[in-house]
Amino acid sequence: MNLLNISGSPHVHSDESTKKIMWRVNAALVPALLCAIAYFGINALLVSIVSVLACVLFQWLIEKFIMKVPSTVSDGSAVVTGLLLAFNVPATVDMLWIVVIGALVAIGIGKMSFGGLGKNPFNPAIVGRIFLLISFPVQMTTWPQVGGLFPMTFDVPTGATPLGAFKEGALGEGVTFMDAFLGHIGGSMGEVSAIAILLGAAYLCWKKIITWHIPVTFIGTAFVFSAILWLVNPETYMDPLMTILTGGIMLGACFMATDMVTSPMAKSGQLIFGFGCGLLTIIIRNWGSYPEGVSFAILIMNSVTPLLNRWCKPKRFAE
Amino acid sequence: MKTKDIIKNGLIKENPTWVLILGMCPTLATTTSAINGMSMGLATTFVLMMSNIVISLLKSVIPDKVRIPAFIVIIATFVTMVEMVMKAYLPALYDSLGLFIALIVVNCIVLGRAEAFASKNNVGQSFLDGLFMGLGFTWALTLLGMVRELLGTGCFFGHSLIGGADGMLMMILPPGGFLALGLLMALINHIRSKNKVKKS
Amino acid sequence: MAKKAESTLPNMLLSLTAIALVAAAALAALNGVTKEPIAAAQQAKVENAISAVLPAFDNLEDRDVDGHLCHVGLDAEGNMVGAAIEAGNDKGFGGHLQLMVGFDAQGNVSGYQILETHETPGLGAKADQWFQKDGKGCVVGTNPAENALTVKKDGGSVDAISGSTITSRAFLGIVNDASAVFAQINNANTTDYED
Repeated sequence: MNLLNISGSPHVHSDESTKKIMWRVNAALVPALLCAIAYFGINALLVSIVSVLACVLFQWLIEKFIMKVPSTVSDGSAVVTGLLLAFNVPATVDMLWIVVIGALVAIGIGKMSFGGLGKNPFNPAIVGRIFLLISFPVQMTTWPQVGGLFPMTFDVPTGATPLGAFKEGALGEGVTFMDAFLGHIGGSMGEVSAIAILLGAAYLCWKKIITWHIPVTFIGTAFVFSAILWLVNPETYMDPLMTILTGGIMLGACFMATDMVTSPMAKSGQLIFGFGCGLLTIIIRNWGSYPEGVSFAILIMNSVTPLLNRWCKPKRFAE
Repeated sequence: MKTKDIIKNGLIKENPTWVLILGMCPTLATTTSAINGMSMGLATTFVLMMSNIVISLLKSVIPDKVRIPAFIVIIATFVTMVEMVMKAYLPALYDSLGLFIALIVVNCIVLGRAEAFASKNNVGQSFLDGLFMGLGFTWALTLLGMVRELLGTGCFFGHSLIGGADGMLMMILPPGGFLALGLLMALINHIRSKNKVKKS
Repeated sequence: MAKKAESTLPNMLLSLTAIALVAAAALAALNGVTKEPIAAAQQAKVENAISAVLPAFDNLEDRDVDGHLCHVGLDAEGNMVGAAIEAGNDKGFGGHLQLMVGFDAQGNVSGYQILETHETPGLGAKADQWFQKDGKGCVVGTNPAENALTVKKDGGSVDAISGSTITSRAFLGIVNDASAVFAQINNANTTDYED
């Protein structure tokens, strides 16, 4: 057994560990989860539980039987993936088995096939979500509508999200800014309430798990770019405030683009990363064939993260 | 080279898809269903066989410096024949494979076997090599098509197993081709490395 | 092993020319054999499509109306029993969509066939069954000239293919266009009778 670890200086100690960070991220997702349960009721709770359990189970199975390494499920990263995946799908009964497939793809293909946490180039939850979106387009775009608080029924009315309706040509009818801010709109579990997401993000910033760079540049770029389009032609383009309050921009910018593994390390790289995400999101929303572009934008920027890490290396002293 | 080795090379040891990783374009594009993958494989097998025979026969009269254009003309001739015959007698199959039949000309396997095998060996061996390389390609494409069809549409050779419900659409779209190919390749490499350990 | 031919200019010219000539001759011969079956197969494809979309007819007459190829079905007395109209547009999700739409003498849709499609498999590609007689978004038997066909989302009466509103819109647009072409044929025929 190796009792003495020999490593180069600096020998800094801190109480930060992967485990601690991941469980704090989970804690930061709780407000959004509660909000989703409040609006979508029992379905939201069930989908979240199934998604988290499936992610943890698949990680455990793969580590035990395929990779044959000690299990790392207690570090909480599979729980984060499971929660984020659940936040990215509609809270309907149909999703209960579909989300299991999503969990298998997210953990199996998105994470473990690259070697596990820290080695995956793409955010696993987004990999899972996009696989589901392309594979089950009907179920993945049947969004439950928000009725009263705490609906205890499985059979909720469904309809288009504000973004979906916008893509079909109905320009933001009947949805007020306050609705979107508080979460009184149809959509996936994690995209409905901007304030719950921001609350969690504030906690992460306070705990220094994420910095402001990616979320602010992401949301800021999306806002500025859509404002320019809106000023040019308010008839065809969405209001910039509505743009950032609806869809997955808040969730994506605060929780998915800031994933430590798949975003650049240097601050300057993070600024470019956030800018790219915001720009691509608006481009895909307005000119792509899908109504929402956040997950595609983050995935594309994930793939240039190694380049950004190379580009934005901090200068050594006296270089 | 022994006949047994030629057979083994084509089917397993130097399998064009799983080991040499040649001809990926038709592999990914035509395997949306088992039957399409198999048809593409068989069409390629025919071209491989015929071009290997002819090139092996002509190897002493083709000067080295023009061998590539000469090979390509021979291969293109057989591909055009397959295309014309298929269009005339199997129009439905031609509609689904379409453009990829013509692209057999630039399939690396065909030119690769001509260059690496047929131009150095006798007619009998070249014929066998073409046949079994082709069959190796065919089983790989059929397996890939089967997996993608099963996951993507829930069908097995066109017969629905899940009663009309949809499968995972992505698997019959281009990204699913890459995913299925990668996963199957990982599985096959895993089995191969296990066998190697056992032998040694 | 026989001695390999040297790479001299005459050798190279000779061998390549010979190979090309033989290849050309072989292909020319095969072309002679397969030419007729290929033409027959294509003809059969068109005829199958026509008979699938039209009510029973005795004779066919091809016409060109506004650039649309129309196959007019006539009964034994020369009266029109219906027409199959080829029409398409580029509004599909995957680009061009080309249909053959059949109408009976009253202008009701009697059937359709998809001639060219680039729609997504499992989604838009379902259009080949969806709008047929026992499909969920049946258009057979409706008359687009009286009520232009639109999807329910746009206030119409047709169920769009789930998840493929864009394909459904493109499809119904083509059927409406074809109906307009049919109206022209019908008008021309009525004028003929008045003469």
